[in-house]
Amino acid sequence: MDVNARAAAAGRTAGPGGAVSRAEYCVVACAEEWRGAGEVLASPMGLVPSLGARLARLTFSPDLLLTDGEALLVGPDGEVEGWLPYRRHLDLVAGGRRHVMMGASQIDRYGNQNISCIGDWERPDRQLLGVRGAPANTVNNPVGYWVPRHSRRVFVERVDMVCGVGHDRAASGGAGRFHRLGRVVSDLGVFDFATPDRSMRLASLHPGVGVEEVREATGFALAVPEEVPYTRDPTAEELRLLREVLDPAGLREREVRG
Amino acid sequence: MTDKTMTADEAVGRLRSGMTVGIGGWGSRRKPMALVRALLRSQVTDLTVVSYGGPDVGMLAAAGRIRRLVAPFATLDSIPLEPHFRAARESGAFAFTEYDEAMFLWGLRAAANRLPFLPVRAGLGSDVLRVNPELRTVLSPYGDGEELVAVPALRLDAALVHVNRADRLGNGRYLGPDPYFDDLFCEAADAAYLSCEQLVETADLAEAGPPQSLLIGRHTVTGVVEAPGGAHFTSCAPDHGRDEAFQKLYATTPWPEFAARFLAGRGEDDYRGAVRAWHGERQQWT
Repeated sequence: MDVNARAAAAGRTAGPGGAVSRAEYCVVACAEEWRGAGEVLASPMGLVPSLGARLARLTFSPDLLLTDGEALLVGPDGEVEGWLPYRRHLDLVAGGRRHVMMGASQIDRYGNQNISCIGDWERPDRQLLGVRGAPANTVNNPVGYWVPRHSRRVFVERVDMVCGVGHDRAASGGAGRFHRLGRVVSDLGVFDFATPDRSMRLASLHPGVGVEEVREATGFALAVPEEVPYTRDPTAEELRLLREVLDPAGLREREVRG
Repeated sequence: MTDKTMTADEAVGRLRSGMTVGIGGWGSRRKPMALVRALLRSQVTDLTVVSYGGPDVGMLAAAGRIRRLVAPFATLDSIPLEPHFRAARESGAFAFTEYDEAMFLWGLRAAANRLPFLPVRAGLGSDVLRVNPELRTVLSPYGDGEELVAVPALRLDAALVHVNRADRLGNGRYLGPDPYFDDLFCEAADAAYLSCEQLVETADLAEAGPPQSLLIGRHTVTGVVEAPGGAHFTSCAPDHGRDEAFQKLYATTPWPEFAARFLAGRGEDDYRGAVRAWHGERQQWT
């Protein structure tokens, strides 16, 4: 199914340029993670969060800092404005002026995240990236997550290796002082932790997705409010920026399945 | 003053099996690959390797030289998972000290500063503390009483790093956008071996850029190796980018086949010749 047919099937139409695709809802949902973030570094991992960060920078969060993926701070058009080699980046993490959106190979109801390995850590069934900077990120910076394929393999009862720290782990010991989880955006919806025990809650559904589909694809009991809103539509200007400026080749459609 | 120039094989000749060796660069960026290739030609094994890991870790793992790896990741950047690191972990080939990126940095800083440890927040609440049961926490002695992770010093027997320019004394300059942590690796090591794209006179080294890019000081360096293309196939901006086609070949070729074709020669000349021949064949067929 092409973009427009898919969006039409989802029962949505949008402004100039045609129907809004699922990937475009995901970009906007990721961009929302940086609303009100202030003058901090946006660190997106993955294409859809990267588009979201740049969209936020171009619209409602103009003070955000962005990197070129190497050692330079750049504007949304690539203009260099600063230097951020890895050593300064790690110091910036500790200083807290950063809001990151990471991926997750596994995530549990409290937001514990795993990108290191699947199976027993001593001799894993599948070695993945390693912990990378997830432990430091989650005890120092606001952290959101992006999951391009929502499934029971990702949304699990228990993660095999806690890399990013969740709410239950942050509640005891010294991990909680600067711990703040934002939202989890998947290809099905947006999730937050606005529950009494800070477990994951369905915050919005992307248009075309039903609650049962989300429950079915989630490996733990998800909190679902009585009324679940839809993820907001992109504005006409956001769609124009996304389609004409940020991602004219439409690479976003490859990261999110139809 | 001492002329510290030597060949890559002479540098590696000073290493011993069982040593703790730190390797500079980051992922598949400015890795001292000529020194790693020399290490692969030697008999040195049973190493504890300390690295922001890339193909240095992959190759040494594939060749069975690693007893313990200390790292927060091993990646080829454009190829997220280092295939030989992955295979080695899945077969339980070596012991693994898995640290967060910031813990690793503060471990190096502690070693460079001759401190037994440095306190960090990174690691608290995570399973890094579970899988490294030797790690301890400390309580702030001040009013806040905060609990922090005491990252032990990552002291190195030897460090291997690669920069763009160096003089015979061991002063080194990087010309790319990121110094990575190569100066820290040298400062944390009892002996550091510095390879460079180009060996220059000290006067020319000083003129090659601003003073703050004179990253490596000779007081931290034991040996200097001129190794043009010495980071290949990793990137070494601005002298050369990553050889993506060759990296892909490395990542998709069984190790014995790759090693037999590219690493069985007597040195860098043979390696570069084999890489040139491969690129030549590839162009013929595409």
